[in-house]
Amino acid sequence: MLSDHTVSILIFAGIDVIMALSFYLPASAGQLSAGQGGFMALGAYTAAYLTVQHGAPFPLALAAGGLVGGLVGLAVGFPALRLRGLYLVLVTFGFGEMVRVLFLNAPAFGGPGGFAGIPPATTIWHVLGLLIVLVYFFTRLSGSRMGRAFAALRDDEAAAEAMGVNSTYVKLAAFAAGGVIAGLGGALYAHYTLFIDPEAFGVGRSLFVMLYAVFGGLASFWGAVAGAAILSVLPELLRWVKDWREIFYGLLVLSTMLVRPQGLLDQTLLARLSLRGERAAARG
Amino acid sequence: MSAPLLAVDGLSRSFGKLVVLSKLDLTVEAGGIHAIIGPNGAGKTTFFNLVTGALSADAGDIRFGGSEIGDLPAYRRTALGICRTFQNIRLFGSMTVLENVLLGLHCRTHGGLLSPLLGVPFRRSSAEARARARAEEILKLVGLAARAHQPAIELPYGEQRRLEIARALASAPKLLLLDEPSAGMNTQETLELETLIAQVNRRGVTIVLIEHKMSLVMKLSQVVTVLNFGQKIAEGPPAAVQRDPRVIEAYLGAE
Repeated sequence: MLSDHTVSILIFAGIDVIMALSFYLPASAGQLSAGQGGFMALGAYTAAYLTVQHGAPFPLALAAGGLVGGLVGLAVGFPALRLRGLYLVLVTFGFGEMVRVLFLNAPAFGGPGGFAGIPPATTIWHVLGLLIVLVYFFTRLSGSRMGRAFAALRDDEAAAEAMGVNSTYVKLAAFAAGGVIAGLGGALYAHYTLFIDPEAFGVGRSLFVMLYAVFGGLASFWGAVAGAAILSVLPELLRWVKDWREIFYGLLVLSTMLVRPQGLLDQTLLARLSLRGERAAARG
Repeated sequence: MSAPLLAVDGLSRSFGKLVVLSKLDLTVEAGGIHAIIGPNGAGKTTFFNLVTGALSADAGDIRFGGSEIGDLPAYRRTALGICRTFQNIRLFGSMTVLENVLLGLHCRTHGGLLSPLLGVPFRRSSAEARARARAEEILKLVGLAARAHQPAIELPYGEQRRLEIARALASAPKLLLLDEPSAGMNTQETLELETLIAQVNRRGVTIVLIEHKMSLVMKLSQVVTVLNFGQKIAEGPPAAVQRDPRVIEAYLGAE
């Protein structure tokens, strides 16, 4: 069997993949969010609060974490309707900071001291199970009506609307679904670390989540999966460089982006690997 | 006589101080091909943008099939049966030819964000299968069936224009607005386009055509409206419009 250390690496990597997918979903509709850490915090605190204060069963707490993430995602989606590109990044970034400060000043959730005593519940099987559902969902999404509407919105919003896509609905759905995934990720995280504090879900978290997806490539959800898996396992493999770890890590990301500006998995590579789901099947 | 399919009344639009369309009255009868011509900057594309809802009018009414649509968002107008092509081709660059047409079917199909999780695993839903069959039919009509799985942006220019028409047709329009469909096409491609437009029209789709190639306008349209500086300066059968001194002046400049 795997050692506890290896399992722990896999669980954190799995949660990073979940988070990267939560960023990828709205991004696939052209909506860039720099606030996924905020949704993760909401899911983590909601679920932890329910299990600790109300003795709720874990699956219920998990669902509640996803639900709260989704509802707040819907709310954040509204300002997003009027904003594009960098402006949207800044507003979602502001949202993430708002959530962090909110929990920092909420004594019921432990404030800056953090929220402790969360019962251990998350296992590798929970993480793996959610990942399998997500991979299945994303594979089917790319060949579905909504998946195409997402891509159309990212390619050319005005043309998408002219062809009958309700951009308001699609954007809100994308943000809400991203919020659900991030909320679930947060709930799983809280019940593995058993202690959470607002700093764990700050700007750093949001930016890393974004980096995972962009590093892997935004042409397919496999990019987010690969990017997050590689970048979260890599630091563990680089332990021997010790003090130089961050620098080594930074250089690696930088040089990879220089060679592959579209991310690791760009269109060409995806076509070669036939990882475009139904699209590839239709070709064959 | 029945009500016209499209009727605009006093339609105006300015960009800052620039008046692009000024109190335009225009009706399009159902069933025909109606051409709109005029020099660059006459307001032709702006007229399309106002009718499809890409832009909102400063003043004026737009009635489609008798009901006012001026306040509806673009996607609702598409659902009612108005669709368009773009002068500067705007296909979805990340999609294949078939996927572009499938997107055109968006307002005629159903399925939300959760539908990928439903249905038989690893099998296409029946709705998706039907949509694909329909999209392939439309591609056959425009002669692009063999290109279905190529990336849309890899098509030659003339075929990209045909794909724009196919994508618009997928939304099952009653009124199809074609914005310079022959731009950049050679003689052979233009002839094929002419056949295609006539064929689509025979299927009962009313067409409004912005076009610079007079040969196409003369052969296809029953009515021609001439715009200049945002105003209608002439209207009538193509032969009569071509002889109109105001039209000649607009194109060649006054002495």
